[in-house]
Amino acid sequence: MKLTVNGVHVVVPSTVETVTELLQHFELNQKVIIVELNAEIVGKARHAETRISLGDKIELVHFVGGG
Amino acid sequence: MLRIGDYEFSSRLLLGTGKYPDFDIQRKAVDISGTEILTFSVRRMNIFEAGQPNFLENLDIEKYTLLPNTAGAKTAEEAVRIAKLAKASGLCDMVKVEVIGCQKTLLPDPVETLKASEELVKEGFTVLPYTSDDVLLARRLEELGCHAIMPGASPIGSGQGIINPLNLSFIIEQCQVPVIVDAGIGTPSDAAIAMELGAAGVLLNTAVSGAKDPVKMAEAMKLSIEAGRLGFEAGRIPKKRYATASSPVEGMSFS
Repeated sequence: MKLTVNGVHVVVPSTVETVTELLQHFELNQKVIIVELNAEIVGKARHAETRISLGDKIELVHFVGGG
Repeated sequence: MLRIGDYEFSSRLLLGTGKYPDFDIQRKAVDISGTEILTFSVRRMNIFEAGQPNFLENLDIEKYTLLPNTAGAKTAEEAVRIAKLAKASGLCDMVKVEVIGCQKTLLPDPVETLKASEELVKEGFTVLPYTSDDVLLARRLEELGCHAIMPGASPIGSGQGIINPLNLSFIIEQCQVPVIVDAGIGTPSDAAIAMELGAAGVLLNTAVSGAKDPVKMAEAMKLSIEAGRLGFEAGRIPKKRYATASSPVEGMSFS
């Protein structure tokens, strides 16, 4: 399935159907991470139930050092 | 005690987490600084390098109140989006509103800062805007419901110290909410002067992370902020044009 993640075109296996599975696919499931799906924030509690589909635009952001 | 919204802190140093030589030095510097508030930024992950360590993993974040900034935003809309992303982590509801209007000076865009702050106050954030040192702007931000005002001492990362103490003192006198001097601090004496002027706190990053010995500088900043605060509370003597003797003039044995 083709997606745009952080502005990059990626192809994920068809078994990846939810936000939780997407994070597992990229091995990000243990990280502090915030997910935006088509410009809507998806809170952590909704990762497992939120389905992703062909062409979705996904932003995965985290915290980095700053002042 | 420093009170910001519903939060209370005994340390008056807010410390940034950018540009340390390594995570170990950063952890030691953060630790010795005594800070209770850490600032940081929100950025895209590199999804192809999931294994990269993150600075949060090296700090006991339970011990700190996290203050994400909206650095990188050029408009109010972008700042609000970054703030919401940070809050969605479930780790923080404070935000340092930072909307840069000029890439050369990194000075804030006052109009966009006002707009973003207004929106974020309405959304229930604890809002700390980084502003230029303008007393009217500070008052407008306070009227909007901002929980602290953070005027810059001089441009971000410049280490020029407090270039307009008069403007800072006007803001400190006229604002009821805490005034935290943010940006431009270079030395412990700069931080002490900010506190002697009556600032409620100091936010700094590069002065520590860019020092030859960041851990030692973190301790120096902690001590100078405490000293400056004590000096402010003690109340300085007025400046006089001529000398006044400290020793008594009566009872000299040879008169």
